Amino acid sequence: MSESSHSSRRAGPSHRSVEIGVTLSIALLALIGIAGSLQAGIGWAAEGPRAGFFPFYISLIILISSGINLVNAMRDFSGRELFAEWSQLRQVVSVVIPATIYVFAVPVLGMYVSSGLLIAAFMKWLGRYNWLVVLAVAIVVPVIIFIFFERWFLVPLPKGPLEDWLGL
Amino acid sequence: MLKSLNTGALGAALLLCGAPFTTVHAAWEPTRTVEIIVPAGPGGGADQMARTVQGIVSKHHLMKQPMVVINKSGGAGGEGFLDVKGSKGNPHKLVITLSNLFTTPLATGIPFSYKDLTPVAMLALDEFILWVNADKPYKTAKDYVDAAKAANGTFKMGGTGSKQEDQIITVAIEKQTGAKFTYIPYKGGGAVAVQLVGNHVDSTVNNPIEAVAHWRAGKVKPLCVFDSKKLDYHDKIAGDRAWDSVPTCKSAGLDVEYLMLRGFFMAPGVTDEQVNFYVDLFKKVRETPEWKKLMSDGAFNQTFMTGKDFLNWVSKEEKRHEDLMKAAGFLAAK
Amino acid sequence: MIEDIGNLFHGFAVVLQPYNVVLMVLGIVLGVIIGVLPGLGGANGIAILLPLTFSMSPTSAIIMLSCIYWGALFGGAITSVLFNIPGEPWSVATTFDGYPMAQQGKAGEALTAAFTSSFFGALFAVIVITLLAPLVASFALEFGPPEIFSVYFLAFCSFVGLSKEPPFKTVASMMIGFALGSVGLDQMTGQLRLTFGFPELLSGFDFLIAVIGLFGIGEILLTMEEGLNFRGNTAKINPKVVLQTWAELPRYWMTSLRSCVIGCWMGISPAGATPASFMSYGIAKRVAKNGNKFGTGVIEGVVAPETAAHAAGTSALLPMLSLGVPGSPTAAVLLGGLLIWGLQPGPLLFVEQKDFVWGLIASMYLGNVVGLIIVLTCVPLFAAILRVPFSIIGPIILVMCAIGAYTVHNNTFDVVMMMVFGVAGYLLKKTDYPLAPLVLAIVLGDKAEEGFRQSLLASQGSLSVFFSNGLVGSIMALGLIALFWPLIQDGWSRLHARPAT
Repeated sequence: MSESSHSSRRAGPSHRSVEIGVTLSIALLALIGIAGSLQAGIGWAAEGPRAGFFPFYISLIILISSGINLVNAMRDFSGRELFAEWSQLRQVVSVVIPATIYVFAVPVLGMYVSSGLLIAAFMKWLGRYNWLVVLAVAIVVPVIIFIFFERWFLVPLPKGPLEDWLGL
Repeated sequence: MLKSLNTGALGAALLLCGAPFTTVHAAWEPTRTVEIIVPAGPGGGADQMARTVQGIVSKHHLMKQPMVVINKSGGAGGEGFLDVKGSKGNPHKLVITLSNLFTTPLATGIPFSYKDLTPVAMLALDEFILWVNADKPYKTAKDYVDAAKAANGTFKMGGTGSKQEDQIITVAIEKQTGAKFTYIPYKGGGAVAVQLVGNHVDSTVNNPIEAVAHWRAGKVKPLCVFDSKKLDYHDKIAGDRAWDSVPTCKSAGLDVEYLMLRGFFMAPGVTDEQVNFYVDLFKKVRETPEWKKLMSDGAFNQTFMTGKDFLNWVSKEEKRHEDLMKAAGFLAAK
Repeated sequence: MIEDIGNLFHGFAVVLQPYNVVLMVLGIVLGVIIGVLPGLGGANGIAILLPLTFSMSPTSAIIMLSCIYWGALFGGAITSVLFNIPGEPWSVATTFDGYPMAQQGKAGEALTAAFTSSFFGALFAVIVITLLAPLVASFALEFGPPEIFSVYFLAFCSFVGLSKEPPFKTVASMMIGFALGSVGLDQMTGQLRLTFGFPELLSGFDFLIAVIGLFGIGEILLTMEEGLNFRGNTAKINPKVVLQTWAELPRYWMTSLRSCVIGCWMGISPAGATPASFMSYGIAKRVAKNGNKFGTGVIEGVVAPETAAHAAGTSALLPMLSLGVPGSPTAAVLLGGLLIWGLQPGPLLFVEQKDFVWGLIASMYLGNVVGLIIVLTCVPLFAAILRVPFSIIGPIILVMCAIGAYTVHNNTFDVVMMMVFGVAGYLLKKTDYPLAPLVLAIVLGDKAEEGFRQSLLASQGSLSVFFSNGLVGSIMALGLIALFWPLIQDGWSRLHARPAT
């Protein structure tokens, strides 16, 4: 998967630093798990193991294996290997940012409006289509989704001010 | 207790039916899709009832807007109740209840109670029956309890969920008789009944509808019903036995009564007019043959209650659950 | 026996009434659509359409609903292969080789293999149901908590140790899955755990949200990194692809047969299609000569899980009909439907409602044939989706993922979680953490824990319960053998190699 990033002239974060970051985040997750299990009780009660018994040991195993993974990652001194090039990461971020805005917009604007905006943004910025095509797809797709989910399958999706205004 | 309530409810219903002049002006009607929130997973008793109501409403065109059923079972149903609690003033959301209206806040500390909701109507009460495998020698509830006592805590009682109705009944039996059971929680009533057929547990307190198929096939047998009176269904079900042949637990020396609410609530802050629309709707639902079939298949207790009667019943039940669960040590640690 | 066959033919006659055939086709098409849209699982589809069927006769209604079920089973494979997004838990294993095939431009082959093996799995299961119904139903009764746990144990054992990734990353990944699966209500004590007072966490992390994020969104991000194209978009749309793939499939008859048996077994012992698909994939990988190529896009890696999943999905209807225990949420809703129509599932259903039962079984045969024809004719069409430019299909996939995540619990928080899983999936995949064990653990973890704790409750805490009878003992032993299979194989070959050296 990462054959293309072997070239040493290109710049980007090293594989090693990202790996260390991921491992530490997992360890953090394990600590949260341990805290939560302690809250729920990790001993044995009359009805058998208490609610936190299994999660506690599971989190402990995650913590231990994260430790081992961390050591392995640190030992990788030769690691000049890139995680990805900056230009590649820019591509990734150009999806992550609009998508993140999108998921937070869903509760506010409703599924249909925010979906239309997302599609429009993608098509315009990444695909550079002309506005006519962009608008057509960005309006038709949410409408189809609406008919499909809301009308045919009676699955209500989150709605926002526009739907309220239209009385849907 | 139920008998008096029964007649009270009947009276109330008659009164309401006899007053058609109160709705002269254009009554409120839903203006968009009505959601029924089911605070339990698909396939269970509450889910079945909600889907039956949905089916009846659409088949008989009882409402102009469509009705949808949404399962929100997270946190022993807490998720569903919190959703309705948070939808203040939304007249297009109903929630069907089971006993977790009372047990979930007590056992988990999830903050909601019936006081956060607007009561609409009690549609029925679900019965509980003590079942054992048909191959076992026990003829009466007393035989069984005596055997359980002698077995000294090794008898296994299967039930749905933990710290919910089935386990409450089990603890009540223990308190009443001094017998000890090992309670084993499963995910659904159907699975519990099959565990009994397969002899993986010694007894269950399944609802009638969950175990009736196995009774008819001669795999399990009912010992007694946890109600103050026998079930009022006379059609032969298993061999020459009908539901009314099942004695009450009280008559068998096991003085435990438990019935589960199958009722509807709305979000807080809705108007009386809106509540009345749904009360009328459920009255129409109760008149349909599909509803009557569901009632007799499941040997339901068909008590119908609305308004103040219903509210009183619910508040009494909540108190009772608090006492029962306190005695059993099921309350969430504060 | 003779009488049963007569009943079956009577069933065919019922199903082949023109009205019912129309319903069947309609059901399959709807089912495929439902299977394709993540978030509209078979359970939703059936639940939503159930009320609409009350105006039909029970037999017609169940024909239509069961065809939706078949359609959804077929449809689940489509998004797994094309976009790496499994719509149902049992399609996860299909992505392992199906998606790499699509990336190599072989989407048509992968889909044909998936559909065809689904069909054979289902056919095998229906034959088992037809011939062995009464016998098989009593087998399901043998399964108490220890037996159920042992089945999950076997599923885990036949799957772990499969990945090429560093062992402690595999361990961490699987344990993260277990930890995420344990969030929410603890079924055994009725107590909340790991929710930290957030109401959003009450319902825990559903498999679907994790998998849509990790696999679906994660894959979109990987695609972005490599430029704006799905690598599969070079696929030639070749109408002959179906026939060409068919010519190749008979070679895998042994994998197929083994997967059928695993599938039926899992479906009847109500463990379900998900462990079946993972188990079947794991065993196929161990047994196959080209086992080390699994995961890079070998056709056998599609055949094994799809056959098993479909065989299990079909045979799971048997315990549902004869015992009233649903093997999946879809089956649970179907079961609710039966009750509403006044049909009580149970041993007597086969005696009292012959028309209904044999109509249903006949519709299983015909529904699968019709389903196969419909989905196969659409293979070039599905493959063509990959040719839509990524800047259009990308956001649409994202929207469908969001809808899928939302509909699981009707909760917008889940949509946010999906995005978190997406970024996590991208990072984990790039740093060599295997995602499959994580997903397997989310799907089966809490069920396995439940079985384990129920067993211990019943045995008063004694672990010997897992070897207390022949059935549970032998399944556990199989699990241990599967776990240590590489060692056993190694030892065996050394033993045989010694005289030569």
